[in-house]
Amino acid sequence: MNEIDKERVDQHLNLRGVLCPINFVKIKLKLEEMNDGENLEVIIDDGEPMQNVPRSIKEDGHKIIGIKKLADGSFKLLIKKGGIKV
Amino acid sequence: MIDKFIEDKGDKIVVDTEIEGRKGIIDFDTLRSGGLIKQKQKDMFTIRLRCPGGRIPLSKLVKIAEVAKRYGSNYVHLSFRQSIEIPYINYRHFKAIYDELAEVGQKVASCGPRIRVPTACSGCEYNPNGITDTQKIAMLVDEKFFGKDLPHKFKISFSGCPIDCARTSENDLGFQGAVKPIWDETTCVGCRICSKACKEGAIISESESGKPIFLTEKCLYCGDCIRSCPTDSWQEGLKGWIVRVGGRHGRHPIIGCKIAEFLTDEEIPSFIEIVTKWYEEQGKEDGKVRIGVILQDQEKWSNFIQTLKENFKDKILNDPRPPRSMEIHF
Repeated sequence: MNEIDKERVDQHLNLRGVLCPINFVKIKLKLEEMNDGENLEVIIDDGEPMQNVPRSIKEDGHKIIGIKKLADGSFKLLIKKGGIKV
Repeated sequence: MIDKFIEDKGDKIVVDTEIEGRKGIIDFDTLRSGGLIKQKQKDMFTIRLRCPGGRIPLSKLVKIAEVAKRYGSNYVHLSFRQSIEIPYINYRHFKAIYDELAEVGQKVASCGPRIRVPTACSGCEYNPNGITDTQKIAMLVDEKFFGKDLPHKFKISFSGCPIDCARTSENDLGFQGAVKPIWDETTCVGCRICSKACKEGAIISESESGKPIFLTEKCLYCGDCIRSCPTDSWQEGLKGWIVRVGGRHGRHPIIGCKIAEFLTDEEIPSFIEIVTKWYEEQGKEDGKVRIGVILQDQEKWSNFIQTLKENFKDKILNDPRPPRSMEIHF
């Protein structure tokens, strides 16, 4: 999972400074435009976003396949769009 | 709240509907046991409805609105324990209202020294934090225990998770959903999300591998780690109800502490049975006193815990804290 930089990235969202739950809503909307199996790279802040966003992504049936802490303290997540609609 | 306006207890009125098996001349105490609360205004009563868990099917809601419009005022009031109250009802209309509400199966609540309607949060059905099915169990407990006479009022509540919206520590008996996480090392990739997700500092990520170190004593059993883990390495272990006893609000609040862990749905009826039986027995000695007051006596507390241990063994905590009084006036 830590080999995030070697994975294919189909779409990218920079959500630095975007608060909950707007960050998750933006991820949701982006994933809706994508096909199952495609990868979305997002950057979210530490703290509340890291507490909530990964859980919400999972509950919506997608998979986090990579995670990396960035130099500025934010986190890069790589999300594989899942076919399961909960 | 409204109870304090019943000062003229000597007064009796004539009603043409059956309340607690009685008809004709009825005093105000009997009316209260039937969920009818005297107002300041002459001949006027508030009818408190029985709405377990605060869930009201729309068929009932429509009928309640009709009845309130016809016989009451232009509003209803939500009681602090999730029931709808219809104020400004003339006692002459009791029977008509009972009959009309009965058409949709809507029952009237109860006041006085007995088991009240249980309250509950929305539970695990659609609330993402919910661990246990509070609505199902509140319905079941209402069905089985509502109206049971006891030395004093007895309130039961159900929260689906440790956020505890149903304030289990402020009820005579409170049940709160809980789940114990189990970690599977083989599937864990050390992503550290669980240590971020845990709001209690109960999970620390090892600095090198990122794998979690679990500090049981800090865990509230909320399940955030389970829900957030991308590889499902955190799984549900023991799941059930944490129990608190002896809480109350009002003039002299008492906070009930945790006494049992991971009770199952099936054990709840017998738990309530045993607690209320003990309370009933004790009440013969102590009179009209809330269970939380009785349990502050050290000897009685030990006896109470012993009784529960005989029936629920290691689900009862080893050295639980008795209910604590809260001073809020001075």
